[in-house]
Amino acid sequence: MPKDECIVIIPCSGIGKSLGTIGRKATYEIVDRLCPKNTRTTCLALVTMGDQETLKMIKENPCITIDGCPSKCAQKNVEASNGRLIRSFLVTDTLRNHRNLKPDGIIELNAEGLKLANALAEEVAKTVDEISGGKS
Amino acid sequence: MTLAKWKVGIVSCSGEEIPEGTISRIATRLVLEKLRPEETVTICLPLFLAGGEGERTFAKLFPTITVDGCEKGCAKIGTEKYSGKPFATVVVSDVLKKCPTLTLKSRDKLSAEEYEFAEKVAEEIAEKVDEALRRQNEQLRSEKH
Repeated sequence: MPKDECIVIIPCSGIGKSLGTIGRKATYEIVDRLCPKNTRTTCLALVTMGDQETLKMIKENPCITIDGCPSKCAQKNVEASNGRLIRSFLVTDTLRNHRNLKPDGIIELNAEGLKLANALAEEVAKTVDEISGGKS
Repeated sequence: MTLAKWKVGIVSCSGEEIPEGTISRIATRLVLEKLRPEETVTICLPLFLAGGEGERTFAKLFPTITVDGCEKGCAKIGTEKYSGKPFATVVVSDVLKKCPTLTLKSRDKLSAEEYEFAEKVAEEIAEKVDEALRRQNEQLRSEKH
């Protein structure tokens, strides 16, 4: 990945479900703690509204979307805006691999929701490392 | 009492990038879960903007209140574009001006001060919900006479 590029992690807004909160929580875990040097996030609503600065950013940088539910708003919006989508994640897929976890809460996730968010963040961080050659 | 028959849609910006966006979402959830749970529903903004027919129809038939984190106003602009003028708008960065000593730092886990501010924003939204329902009732009454 070129030095001046930054991977853009775009979660769905998912305000109605715990799964949306998990996607956002995972995003902050990646951009603030796991891979702060080569990732950033942006507002999905800005992508959808066609904000020029945001559209330029998602076209010029690799993007990873994280969706809470199968409506896949983040993935579909980035695709529709011709963003450089390199990988998309779905919280429900991670949940399938951690069936013992029962996430709950939207304003505040329960402990199992936090565990799931961390597991998802680790998964995404691996992809970030693959793309950036382990320079996160 | 006809109040409960009407619902008010709260459309919050997604605002993942900035702390004000997190305040928008949490304030919206506080209204939905604690302050006015019987009178409100929320609409997922990107789904709404990306063509969610159910969401758009709801916002055409029922009053909406948009909650934006910043002056870009994605929730307000989107609602106006696809469903009509919102009944009221709340902009977190404007409410923040009333609290000059507060600086928002977190977009993930809110501090006690930030959470208190989210509660303040939620109260402003709830006041607008009451006003929207009052207007609906007045309108219904005048249509009956």
